[in-house]
Amino acid sequence: MTATERITTDVAIIGGGIAGAAAALALRRMGMAVLLLERGFCGAQASGVNYGGVRRQGRPPEQIPLAQRAHAIWQRLPETIGIDGEYIRSGHLKLARSEADLASLEAYQDRVRDLGLGLEIVAGNAFRARWPWLGDRAIAGSWCPGDGHANPRLVSPGFARAARKAGADIREQTAVQEAVRDGDGFRLLAGGLEVRSRLLLNCAGAWSGRFAAAFGETVPLVSAHPNMAVTEPLPRLMDVNVGVEGGGIYARQVERGNCVMGGGRGIALDEDRARPGRSAIAALLRQAAELFPALRGAQVIRFWSGVEGDTPDRNPVLGPSRTTPGLIHGFGFSGAGFQIGPAVGEVLAELARDGRSSTPIEAFDIGRFAAPAGDTTAA
Amino acid sequence: MSGEIRPVIVGAGPAGIRAAQALVTAGLRPVLVDEAPKGGGQIYRRQPDGFTRDAKTLYGTEAAKATALHRTIDGLAIDHRPNTLVWNIEAGALDLLREGRAERLPYSHLILATGATDRILPIPGWTLPGAYSLGAAQVALKYQGCGIGRRVAFIGTGPLLPLVASQYLKAGAEVVAVLDTARTADKLAALPGLLRGPATLAKGLRLLAALKAGGVPVRHGARPLRILGTDRVEGLAWHDGDRERRIDCDAVAFGYGLRSETQLADLAGCRFRFDPLNRAWLPERDAAGRSSVAGVYLAGDGAGIAGADAAELAGERAALALLEDLGRPVDRACAARLEAKLAAIGRFRRGLERAFPFPTDWAAQAPDDLVVCRCEEVSAGTLRATATRWGTPELNRLKALCRVGMGRCQGRMCGAAAAEILAAHRGVPVEAVGRLRGQAPVKPIPVAIEDAPEEAA
Repeated sequence: MTATERITTDVAIIGGGIAGAAAALALRRMGMAVLLLERGFCGAQASGVNYGGVRRQGRPPEQIPLAQRAHAIWQRLPETIGIDGEYIRSGHLKLARSEADLASLEAYQDRVRDLGLGLEIVAGNAFRARWPWLGDRAIAGSWCPGDGHANPRLVSPGFARAARKAGADIREQTAVQEAVRDGDGFRLLAGGLEVRSRLLLNCAGAWSGRFAAAFGETVPLVSAHPNMAVTEPLPRLMDVNVGVEGGGIYARQVERGNCVMGGGRGIALDEDRARPGRSAIAALLRQAAELFPALRGAQVIRFWSGVEGDTPDRNPVLGPSRTTPGLIHGFGFSGAGFQIGPAVGEVLAELARDGRSSTPIEAFDIGRFAAPAGDTTAA
Repeated sequence: MSGEIRPVIVGAGPAGIRAAQALVTAGLRPVLVDEAPKGGGQIYRRQPDGFTRDAKTLYGTEAAKATALHRTIDGLAIDHRPNTLVWNIEAGALDLLREGRAERLPYSHLILATGATDRILPIPGWTLPGAYSLGAAQVALKYQGCGIGRRVAFIGTGPLLPLVASQYLKAGAEVVAVLDTARTADKLAALPGLLRGPATLAKGLRLLAALKAGGVPVRHGARPLRILGTDRVEGLAWHDGDRERRIDCDAVAFGYGLRSETQLADLAGCRFRFDPLNRAWLPERDAAGRSSVAGVYLAGDGAGIAGADAAELAGERAALALLEDLGRPVDRACAARLEAKLAAIGRFRRGLERAFPFPTDWAAQAPDDLVVCRCEEVSAGTLRATATRWGTPELNRLKALCRVGMGRCQGRMCGAAAAEILAAHRGVPVEAVGRLRGQAPVKPIPVAIEDAPEEAA
C-alpha cells in the first residue's frame, strides 16, 4: 500500500484502550509528540466493555503500588479527563461463602497489611446489620472502603478524548499493518499512514502478542472473554461494589439503578468478537439469585462479552522490551486493567521519557516469559 | 441428536405456519416456537379464549385467509410451543423461556419467521398515556376488543394508517382525523407501481372511501408537530403545509410502516446488508430464503417487509429450500411459482413505498427535547450533543456513550430513529452510521430463571 500521509513523531502508540490513551495523555503533558493508532474505536474493546470495577482489593501485592498510584488519579478524574465517568467511591466488599473463604480473606488482609488498603473483615451480626440486602449465602466479607466503580464506556474513551484535546494525534479505524525497527527508531504502516517514531508503545490489548512477536518476543498471551449481564433499572439496593472470594460473580449497581454483574467466561466467535455463553449465563444468574435475594424478580436486559488478553500469571506485561531499544510494552492486564489503567499510562510515559518508572514494575517484565530457545532477533 | 433432522421454526405467523405445513407434507416433524398463546401471528392474531367475535369482524376482507391459516396450524401434527420466547441462539441450539423456565432446543435446521413491529419515529408528546403505535392500536382492538380511546387521531404513513383507522371507525370509535405524511403527489406517482397489485390497491381505495363516507377527515402532506396534553393525550398539533392546526382527541395512533425483527438472525450469525427499500439493515437471503449461514432460512417480514401474503409464500418457499438442501425431492415448478409470486409482490411493494414514503426530513425536524429512547430517556439533543462532543461516527459507539438503545427494548423501538438522528446530524446517509448489534437476550429474562430438565432429543 502506498502511504498517502507521512508523520514523524516522538512516540507512536499502538492501541487506544485505557493504557494507550492514558499514556498518550501523560506524554502530551510531558510535552512529547504522540501519535496513537487505534484499529477500531478508542476504548471500545476490553477497556470499554469491562465490568467497571475500580478495585485494588484482591490484587496481588506486586500490583498494589501501581493500583495505589492509579487510586490517586481516580480521585482527580474530572480534572484529568474532563468528565466524572460515573466514578463512585462506594467501597468494595469481597464476600466469603464459607469459613475457608473467610480464612482466605484474612490471609489476604495479612499479606497486604502494610500496603495501605485499609481492609476490614466484617463477620457475624455486624456483617448482617451492615449489608442487610445480602442474603444468607454470604457469611462475612472483607471491606475496602476506598475502592469503587465507574462507567468504562465513558472513562476509557474519555482518556483518548482528553489526550486528543491535549494535542495527541489520535487516529481511529487505522490498523497497524507493519511495525519495524528502522535506524534510530521505528517505522509503521497503518492505513494510508507511514509513521516514523523514536519510541513505540505496544498497548494493543489482546492483540499485543503479534506486535511483541514481530520484535522477537514470545508472550503466552491468550484471549479471554468475560461474561457480563445487566438488569433493568431497580430501586437502590447495592451500595457497594461486590466481589466473591474464589470468584464466580461480581456485581455493582449504577447510579441509574441497573445492576451490572459478571462471572464466568463467554465464547469466542472469532479472533475479534465474543459472546456470553449459555452455561456461564446460567451459572451467573443462579449465583446472583442466591447472593442477592432482591434481584430474583428482576429482569436481565442485556448480556455481553469482549476480548481481553490474559497472561498465565495474570500479571500484566509492563516495561521495556528485552530485544528492541525504544519499544515499551503495556498489555496483558488479564481482565483487571481498568483500575490501574490511568497509572499504567503514567508509567509508560515515564519509561518513554526517562527510561525508568517511579513505581515498581519489575514483576511485570516481559523477560519472565522468555522462551528457553526462542528466536530473539528483532524483525 | 447425532444426525437427526429436527427443523425448528421460530414464529407462528403466516410464514412460520406455511413453512411448518410444507415440512409436514414432506414427512418431517418440525418444532414451531412462538411467543403468542395461539398461532396466527400479528395480522391474523387470535382473540383470547372466551371472546366470540367472528372472523369477518376480526379480519374483514382477510377473514378467509386468516381462517385458512388457523385451520392449518390447528390441524398440523407438529410440536407447537406457544407462550415461548427464544432469547438466544448458541451453537446450533435455541435458548427458550417458557413460564419462567429456561430450555435449550437444539435444531438441525432453523427457519426464522420473526415478523415485524412498528417503525417508530417519535413525535413530541409520544410518551403521554394515550399515544400508541399503529400496530399496538390494532392489537388492542383485534385481540382484546378494546380501543385506545374514544376520539382517536391517526398520523404517520404506511398501509396500516388507513387500515387501522377504518377498523376503529367500524368498531364504533370516533376517528377525528387520518393524517398521512405522504403527499397526494406521492400517491399519484405511486399509481403505476400499485397497479401491479390491483386487488390490494382496490382494498386500499375502499378503506379510504369508507373513511370518507364515515365523515373522517383524511389529509395528505401532514406533518406531526406534537401530541398535546399534560397527564394524558388531549389533542394533536400538526402542520398542513400552510399552517399549524390542532385537533382534540383522547388518543393518538402513529407509525411509519414496519421494521423487521432481525435480532435472532443476528445471533444466528447471518450476514446483514443495507436495504434501501426498507431503509434498514437486513439479513441477506436469496430468492428461496436461504441466509448466509448454512441451515438457517429466513421467511416473512422478519427479513424485509412485504406483508402477510408474501409471508405465506416465503414460508413455504423457505421450507422447500430446506428440503432441497436435505436432498429431498421437491416440486421445482411449485418453488419457481412461489418465487415468481414473491417477485411480483416485491414490485408492488416498491409502489407502496412510493405511496407511503419514509419522511426523510423527520430527523432534521426532531426538536432537541424530543425523547428518542424511552427506556433510557435519551433525547434527540443528547444524541446530537454526544455525537458532536465525542466525534462519534457510528451507532454502537453512540449507544456506548449515551445509552441510547441500551434499555429494556435493546433498541428495537428507538434504533431506527437514533440512526436517523445520527446520520442527519453528521450529514451522511443512514447506512453510513451502521446498525445496532443484536445481543441476547432478545427480550428481558428473569434473573431467577429456572433450568428445565435437559430434553431428550
